[in-house]
Amino acid sequence: MNNLDMREYIINLLEHGHRIDGRKLDELRKPIEIKVNVSKNAEGSSNVKIGSTEVMAGIKMAVGEPFADSPDQGVLMVGVELLPLSSPEFESGPPDEWATEMARVVDRGIRESKMIDMKKLCIREGELVWMIFLDLYTINDDGNLIDACALAAISALKTAVFPVLEKDKVKFGEFTKNKLPITKIPVTCTLTKIGPHFIVDANTKEEKASDARISICLIENNNICAMQKGGGSGIEIDDLKKVFSIVKDKTKELRSLVTTAAK
Amino acid sequence: MSNLMVEEKDVVVPGEILAQGMDFVPAQGCLRENDKIIASQLGLVNLSGRLIKVIQLSGRYIPKKGDVVIGKVVDIGFSGWRVDISWAFEANLSMKEASSDFIDKKTDLTQYYTYGDIIAAQITYIFGSKIIDLTMKGPGLRKLKGGRIISITPSKVPRVIGKQGSMISMIKEKTGCRIIVGQNGLVWIQGDDSEKMLLAVDTIYKIEEEAHLSGLTDRIKSFLEDRNGSSKKN
Amino acid sequence: MAQAKKTERPDGRKLNETREMEAKVGIIKRADGSAMFRMGKTIAYAAVYGPRELFPGFMQNPEKGILRCNYDMMSFSVTERKRPGPSRRGVEISLVTKNALGPAVNLDQFANTVVDIFIIITQADAGTRCAGITAASMALADAGIPMKDLVSAVSVGKVNGRIALDLVKEEEDLDGTTDIPCAIMSRNNEITLLQLDGDISEAELIEAVELAKEGCHKIYEIQKEALKEKYKEIKNE
Repeated sequence: MNNLDMREYIINLLEHGHRIDGRKLDELRKPIEIKVNVSKNAEGSSNVKIGSTEVMAGIKMAVGEPFADSPDQGVLMVGVELLPLSSPEFESGPPDEWATEMARVVDRGIRESKMIDMKKLCIREGELVWMIFLDLYTINDDGNLIDACALAAISALKTAVFPVLEKDKVKFGEFTKNKLPITKIPVTCTLTKIGPHFIVDANTKEEKASDARISICLIENNNICAMQKGGGSGIEIDDLKKVFSIVKDKTKELRSLVTTAAK
Repeated sequence: MSNLMVEEKDVVVPGEILAQGMDFVPAQGCLRENDKIIASQLGLVNLSGRLIKVIQLSGRYIPKKGDVVIGKVVDIGFSGWRVDISWAFEANLSMKEASSDFIDKKTDLTQYYTYGDIIAAQITYIFGSKIIDLTMKGPGLRKLKGGRIISITPSKVPRVIGKQGSMISMIKEKTGCRIIVGQNGLVWIQGDDSEKMLLAVDTIYKIEEEAHLSGLTDRIKSFLEDRNGSSKKN
Repeated sequence: MAQAKKTERPDGRKLNETREMEAKVGIIKRADGSAMFRMGKTIAYAAVYGPRELFPGFMQNPEKGILRCNYDMMSFSVTERKRPGPSRRGVEISLVTKNALGPAVNLDQFANTVVDIFIIITQADAGTRCAGITAASMALADAGIPMKDLVSAVSVGKVNGRIALDLVKEEEDLDGTTDIPCAIMSRNNEITLLQLDGDISEAELIEAVELAKEGCHKIYEIQKEALKEKYKEIKNE
């Protein structure tokens, strides 16, 4: 309802360098809060708030057979649940396109950056490896769920510990002090395109008025390890150059928040 | 012997006993249970004589006859328009009520209102949840062109308007914007200067956020003056 | 009393004592009403949406609004991962939760609409359905839904042969434990949820439900306080 004429109005504001909530185009919402170990039965967990957007991440670990094409590596499974509790627009039921896309974008950032040394998750090659189940749940959707989920995911992974393993079986609810083999901190930043303008950390109203988005995941040396262009419209090569410098800045900002919160 | 257990402006929760004895009469937001009056929703106690009311503080907009609301035209039929007024069901605007002009049956109705048009309309009739009739005949009722719509909690609308419209007049005066506040929590704001419009929006959100804190009028006044002052310096 | 002192509950509580509680209202901005309730290590979030249009249309009731409830647990809220998505257990708990809250709610003026309640458990240490009901009741009130009372819920049971209030997982898992989740509207002590699994005598059951009543009265005070906390400054105007 309140999004009508919104696009026109938003674009008009953007021309003047403003956003509907008073932010600059490249300004993240404040505060960004990252809490870790928020769910005590999980091997790792986190709660991330960006403005009023809130998500929770949790990790459960199990042991099982590795995939045939990677017999000496652990297994990572990422899922996103868009809880109907978190938005009037989400419905009960199995993950839809949007939840699946989000899970895969988060997954790729972690996987391709080699954030986790998967070889260290091998217990016996070809037989038994650690499996990491990383599940993300939305609590309140006020836009930019991708970045919030990615942030929650890496914060939970960074603080997760192995459970106790006895005779090839996990002792549920008993944890060791050994952390996961984390090598890097990949951080995702999504830019949303509205008309000719790019903004960071879009809220729901901005997302509804948008044409396209691009999520970029950077590791510490600013190399790109995952990317996803989403939304219905296209972007140009010149756009990429423009967004890249913003993404470098913002991922740095977000990474420092993670390293402070998730020691 | 009757016993009043609450004071004016107490916040009460559903089921809370407000009075005992038969001397008090339950009104909106309350119900009688034997010799007790209990709150039937979360809200603020309002006492007037023997009447006890609980004024709603939260929740969705619930249409009431006489409310001026802001709506969006979502469908056009043979004899009128369907309007989204932020309630579970759409409201109906008939040809007869759409304009003070006579609208002939053969007229292309989109000449008057078309899909997506925003209007300020008044509720004239309600039956159950699904039948809600609107009119455009009345002062200030019209199509709203351009501008921006924001949405606030409907229970905060009286605070945005203020006593005898004092709050909204102040915002209009300090920002130079045209503003219409619908009882359904939608607020239409239009101005020529984007900075001033943003100020009007921020002010209304601030009222929504701080509606429950004391000294609201003074705080809003200085907020408007500070922001106006700082933009002049630039 | 002497017996209560000698109890050996895992967390050192007395038999008639609840765990430490925490409640917060208005935690989810997109929702029409929301609340969090923590009972020891069990944490429930609840959100209410509505009254809104009910789809499909043939399910609409032209006389009053319908209450719907969905209870679920986060996969990592329990020690052994729960697969995301619906389960038989979740479906049953959703139903008994709806029935526990239904008698408190009056949707007469919202014909054809639905009021949706969503409950998610973020951390579980037994008593999750009770925590969910307690949170949902606050969320309904926060959403301005007409209600005749708040609903408070707690589980009671027989552990090691003794009647105890608010069991934790460790007690629930003991051999021979009887678990009785209860929900009660405090003003008239009307029971709206009553389930039992175990083995217990009639006299013990009555004793247990009496204990649940006491527990619910304490929970009610916490709920009331949390709701008033969100709106408390209004009085100063």
